[in-house]
Amino acid sequence: MVAIEVENVTRIYQKYSARHRFKTFKSAMIKGDLFKALRPDELVTALDRVSFKVGKGTTFGVIGENGSGKSTLLKIIAGIAKPTSGKVSVRGKVSALIELGAGFHPEISGRENVFINGIMLGLSKREINEKFDEIVKFAELEEFIDAPVKTYSSGMYMRLGFSIAINVNPEILLIDEVLAVGDASFVPKCLDRIDDFRRRKKTILFVSHDLTTVEKICDQVIWLKDGKIQIIGEPKRVIDTYLQDVALKQEEDFEVRYKEMDLEQRWEEEEREKRWGGREIEITKVTLKGLDGKAKHVFSPKEGLTIELDVKARTKVKDFVFGIGLLNSKGVSCYGTNTHLEDFEPVSIQGEGRVVCKINQLNLVNGTYYLDVAVHKRDGYPYDYHRSLYSFLVSSRHKDEGVSRLSHSWSFSPQIKINPPK
Amino acid sequence: MLRLFKNLKELYKYRMLIRNLVARELKARYRGTILGFLWSFFNPLLLMVIYTIVFGFIIGPRDPSLGGTPWLYALFLFCGVLPWTWFSSSSLESANVLMVQGNLIKKVLFPSEILPVVVVVSNFIHFLFGLPILLIFVPIMGKTFTPFLLFLPVVILVQFVFSLGFSFLISSLTVHFRDIKDILANLLTFWFFASPIIYPLTFAPIQNSAFLKVFLNLNPMTHIMQGYQNCVFFGSLIRWKRLGVTFLVALLLLLVGYYIFDRLRESFPEEV
Repeated sequence: MVAIEVENVTRIYQKYSARHRFKTFKSAMIKGDLFKALRPDELVTALDRVSFKVGKGTTFGVIGENGSGKSTLLKIIAGIAKPTSGKVSVRGKVSALIELGAGFHPEISGRENVFINGIMLGLSKREINEKFDEIVKFAELEEFIDAPVKTYSSGMYMRLGFSIAINVNPEILLIDEVLAVGDASFVPKCLDRIDDFRRRKKTILFVSHDLTTVEKICDQVIWLKDGKIQIIGEPKRVIDTYLQDVALKQEEDFEVRYKEMDLEQRWEEEEREKRWGGREIEITKVTLKGLDGKAKHVFSPKEGLTIELDVKARTKVKDFVFGIGLLNSKGVSCYGTNTHLEDFEPVSIQGEGRVVCKINQLNLVNGTYYLDVAVHKRDGYPYDYHRSLYSFLVSSRHKDEGVSRLSHSWSFSPQIKINPPK
Repeated sequence: MLRLFKNLKELYKYRMLIRNLVARELKARYRGTILGFLWSFFNPLLLMVIYTIVFGFIIGPRDPSLGGTPWLYALFLFCGVLPWTWFSSSSLESANVLMVQGNLIKKVLFPSEILPVVVVVSNFIHFLFGLPILLIFVPIMGKTFTPFLLFLPVVILVQFVFSLGFSFLISSLTVHFRDIKDILANLLTFWFFASPIIYPLTFAPIQNSAFLKVFLNLNPMTHIMQGYQNCVFFGSLIRWKRLGVTFLVALLLLLVGYYIFDRLRESFPEEV
């Protein structure tokens, strides 16, 4: 049984230019182009020939960057927006959690708003009466239900909205990123309720940026990019592909940033704070590469990193140490070492040369990292010290914490029932 | 046409929602005031006092059909001002309503035509609250009730249809042309004076000018206002033919207004 069928749906938005936006009725009448004024100048394709089917009882995730058409897709399925072309068929009662508490009237009490909102979502007065206590209890608003909604905090507002929407008891539930605002105790409660829906074989379409939750609760995931379906399938695979794409984009951003500000210029600007030393030996270029030798700036924790330093000594120097240091965005040193600490004996350097430091596996947690590189005397006198001039990103699906991901594994005795990650 | 009826049927399905929204509107309006619901009675009463002072005593009635007393003139004025307030406030409110309630249109599956309907109906209920005030003053001001008062609902129906059509038209067009709101405020002032509210249609300067006579007769509000005055003030039969034509005009306006509303409907979620 198919619950939602989307066939070749295209949605084109009209983007009115500034000239048209401020065009007024008066000027339209004077120029006589009343209906021309209603015609758009520019079109934006929010969804481009999207087709997919959602089977009854499945939980379907939709992921993608901001502006990729996720919300538009949800609104079209909910019937709020119409597709420009294509067809959507939905079998069953739909409840859409697009904006919680949309349509609450601030001046009247929570109680009255529950009734009006419930009716808007398709409940009858009797049904609301029956469910009223449950709605209020779930929202944890027993004390405040008779106060005007304008006195509610945004969390209370959201809880009431969610509680009403979830109690509509739809066959198809559309959720658009609404859990992002809940507090630490309410979100798990909502997720429990969603789990409950899944157990009762209801269809759920779940739009979220929270990839961990998507992977956990969805049976199938669709990745939208620029209004087009990139891939539909098993959550882990889709999310991995999506993350690779995100990493690629971050990589491009990095490159653009680096190109915009070439190294010499950067040094001039930041020299005083970020670079110092006598320059008897100079680090002329620093390159970050993957183990495969390709320059890159976004790494997964399992990947390795190669740091290449091009160095130049004006005269023959006999006392030198090469060092590197990794700092996270909070400025905490994650790792640092140099050739002296590792008991290399300097003999001599003259002219140009290259130093390569290879880290086999990064094992760092999510985040941006800064790189210090330096060449100095054994007593610490700096020849050339670059402080945090270079950065790279570690992008991981896991949200583990700390400084470093220590290599680890879990095991449980048979009494403990626990499911391994999918 | 077929679609129109289908939509109207849909609208009927939402009657519960309309009822609740109207109730909410009425409740929210006086929330936080000390007198609360009594304002629905006080507002027209105060209006009546002001009009009596200004037009009855300071300016003074000039038409013989008003009996020359300030009190009768005040009653006559009130016959027109009360329904006019219904019409003008529902028009002004509907110019805003789609924008004010934009959240509903954008985020909830919600038939947007409910919004102008709610505006017209909630103002209608205010009108109904004012009606007893008007009727109480009929004997006080020295007039008597006649059986012709029973035709009042007919006049109210005509105005209801007319207001609804106008609200559909205004609310949907304002989404695209925001300055209709300002035009409308001025238009309504003009319209107020272009309808026989502060003067009767029998006023000599009007009867003597062919242009004014034609002009006033072309204004649908003329016949609606006259209907109220005939039923309540003059105690005479409503003018069936004229009111009938006005009713047809009102129906036409409703059709056109709804058609335009329906045509523009899909642009609402993006534009409001």
